[in-house]
Amino acid sequence: MEDDTKPKKPGTRLCCACNQRRAALKRPKTLEQICRECFYAVFEEEIHQVILENKLFKPGERIAIGASGGKDSTVLAYVLSELNRRHNYGLDLFLLSVDEGITGYRDDSLETVKRNELQYGLPLKIVSYKDLYGWTMDEIVKMIGLKNNCTFCGVFRRQALDRGAALLKVDKVATGHNADDIAETVLLNILRGDIARLSRCTSIITGEDGPIPRCKPFKYTYEKEIVMYAYFKKLDYFSTECIYSPNAYRGFAREFIKDLERIRPRAILDIIKSGEDFRIATSTKMPEQGTCERCGYISSQKWCKACVLLEGLNRGLPKLGIGRNQGLNSDAKEDIKKDGRTKRSSSGLALHQEIGMWLNGRETKGDVFLFDIHPTKVFQIEGITQIVLNTWLMGHPPKSIVLVHIVS
Amino acid sequence: MACNLSTCNSSGCYKEYEEKDQNNSKTRAAVKGSSGRQNLCVKCKSSEPVCCGIGGEDSRFCKDCFKNNLYGKFKQAVTYNAMITPPDKVLVAFSGGPSSRVLLQFVHEMQYRAQKNYDASKDKSLPVFGVGVAFIDESSIHSFASKQTEKAIEDIRSIVSNLAPPLKELFVVPIESIFSSDGIDCKERLQKLLGALGDVTGKEDLLIHLRLLCLQKIASENGYTRVVLGTCTSRIACYVISATVKGQGYSLSADIQYVDSRWEIPVVLPLRDCPAQELNTLCSLDGLKIVEMLNGPCSGINGLVSSFVKVLQEENLSRECTIVRTAGKLTPFHFNRIPEIHDSNVPSATRRHHRRHGLKSNGSLSSESFCAICNSPLKKSNSSESPQTSDPCVAACSSCQFQILPKDPSLMEQFVSLLPRAVITRAKHGDRGNVSSVREQIQDFLLSDEDDEV
Repeated sequence: MEDDTKPKKPGTRLCCACNQRRAALKRPKTLEQICRECFYAVFEEEIHQVILENKLFKPGERIAIGASGGKDSTVLAYVLSELNRRHNYGLDLFLLSVDEGITGYRDDSLETVKRNELQYGLPLKIVSYKDLYGWTMDEIVKMIGLKNNCTFCGVFRRQALDRGAALLKVDKVATGHNADDIAETVLLNILRGDIARLSRCTSIITGEDGPIPRCKPFKYTYEKEIVMYAYFKKLDYFSTECIYSPNAYRGFAREFIKDLERIRPRAILDIIKSGEDFRIATSTKMPEQGTCERCGYISSQKWCKACVLLEGLNRGLPKLGIGRNQGLNSDAKEDIKKDGRTKRSSSGLALHQEIGMWLNGRETKGDVFLFDIHPTKVFQIEGITQIVLNTWLMGHPPKSIVLVHIVS
Repeated sequence: MACNLSTCNSSGCYKEYEEKDQNNSKTRAAVKGSSGRQNLCVKCKSSEPVCCGIGGEDSRFCKDCFKNNLYGKFKQAVTYNAMITPPDKVLVAFSGGPSSRVLLQFVHEMQYRAQKNYDASKDKSLPVFGVGVAFIDESSIHSFASKQTEKAIEDIRSIVSNLAPPLKELFVVPIESIFSSDGIDCKERLQKLLGALGDVTGKEDLLIHLRLLCLQKIASENGYTRVVLGTCTSRIACYVISATVKGQGYSLSADIQYVDSRWEIPVVLPLRDCPAQELNTLCSLDGLKIVEMLNGPCSGINGLVSSFVKVLQEENLSRECTIVRTAGKLTPFHFNRIPEIHDSNVPSATRRHHRRHGLKSNGSLSSESFCAICNSPLKKSNSSESPQTSDPCVAACSSCQFQILPKDPSLMEQFVSLLPRAVITRAKHGDRGNVSSVREQIQDFLLSDEDDEV
């Protein structure tokens, strides 16, 4: 404030971009003091450049925007429709929402998406868990409790989005993952030892070999700027955390990233850059892709994860949902018997849940941790059950089993 | 560079670990007692376990087995990577903290055993490697009472002189001595250089680098062939995260390997597989004296990262190992191995002794270029972006550009003039840097199938 110019009122500072209007905000990414108009311009332009440089879209493509009603997807819908018009991308944009069936959360946020449909004039398609799987998240949680619910939700959502996209006949799905999300995923993959995911998680386009590729136009956009943009533009979005979700482990990394951002804003971009630059041998094996025998969705196993989980739910054995999938695939009945046996022992169930919690803290969206009831390496240290997850820690996707031994 | 001399935990940690270990042993004993199992070391099945080490089965060793296990990790790292061979003279970087204390002890033990073998052998074909110890005195940077420093140095002298023979040379060298060849007031120059940095993290990282240069200088002036650092798993885990945060994803894998022969004297990290907690435990079990920390705790990014990793480690006892293992899967560079001995004068017994296990040559030898400040390898596209610095000899990585080099190009010249000569010469004449600059000059006349590559 010491360098106030004479003709200006005290306490005002000029935008360092246009040098004309009063600076209204400090840009979280660069800490430059700029005015609102310049902020909008630079925010939109950066996203435009990302889209161009990475060739995210081709003229004439049909694009579904994964819309949850939250800030990221709302801003994405707004900015994409704006850029599409301004720069003549020639895209047909759609909103695609997944209704997990969570009362008090998704129903409200879907109202927001429905308003967005009108506000931005984008056709909306809603696919619901109830329609696709016959279960709402509310019902699932009633059955399995709050421990592994995110596993179900993540697996189901991934498929639901693909199915919705197929119904809309779109070429690509754009999601609102922002720079903070990606930086967080990079760190989590390091902490977890997952080299295969580490090499993939910074790609701006994913699933090009799958049915419908996904892209992240906000890959380099800071969460704070998205919030700021939504705030100044007075965009209509829904800002409540999922009532079933609070995930301590991810939150932990998130907190760390926020701390980093406070002392060095560019740290988020630096983490993404590191993620892109890691020298990872390209030979990292990916599981061979096939299709699910039951539903036809892509799967590396006989049945896809969603079908395995669903089978457990429908048989009234939700714990099977996170049971051994190879066993299920080769001989489903035997596995269920095994699980039924465990279910009878209440201590076994408690341990099961404890392990579930222990694993759950380490998962990302869309992961399933699979385990079975067989004796193996489990340690009780200070009353807490510890399991050595060999295959998993070695960076392979959990192929089949994490064995659990009930220490009595 | 993961070349910090100081130990892995802030000074308070040592006691904390000790206390926790005791608690652990109690609870574990209780758990096992109730389950009716015998309370014996999992390895020798004869002595009472002391609880130490990271979680899992190996946490229930007795004192001797624990010690052997830890020494085994050290020894394996040394032999598999040909870190120390009979004709070598190794310089142990010693800060006085638990990691470097254990390192000194282990190197000493190894030398002691080699000496015994030598004395017993008939033909005396395998010489015993030499050991020197270097302590870098950083009191000119930190504002400590000179008494404190004197006391610490005195303690270090007594530690080193109390080790059994063979005798070890001790070098106590002030960090500012890296400027000594420039013939100016070293202390003032160092303070000026550090004062020119605005970023706390940048200052810390530059200091770590200067420390390594200082070790290099001592080693090279006194005929040492290896610089041995006590960098442990925990410190590497922190380094992995902080390098990621600083955008050094490309060069990261260069700095966390057992061997780094980018330098004139190769740098080796034999404690790479030993977590700080185990090193602390060994110090307390063996009564190894720790010298009060002379360096302040980390601040800025590095401080944030180490507290983050510390909390993660508390939540899961093998977290640090997992982090290091993840980073270990990144492809190392060609210089992450001890260079081959081509000298035919080297006795054949020595050459035979020079075992190499699992050392694959990785990466191409030729076209690597290096950051002028931190000596980390530059990604190709990255090095072509760098000429935003006015000085052509300063081609720095993006991290150094941000946190070490001055933002204002007009200040660049002055900043470069403050750098120690060792840095400048390396930047100007470093053989690898040279190759690329020569190549640049003749670029237009070169024909290759990679013509589109700049």
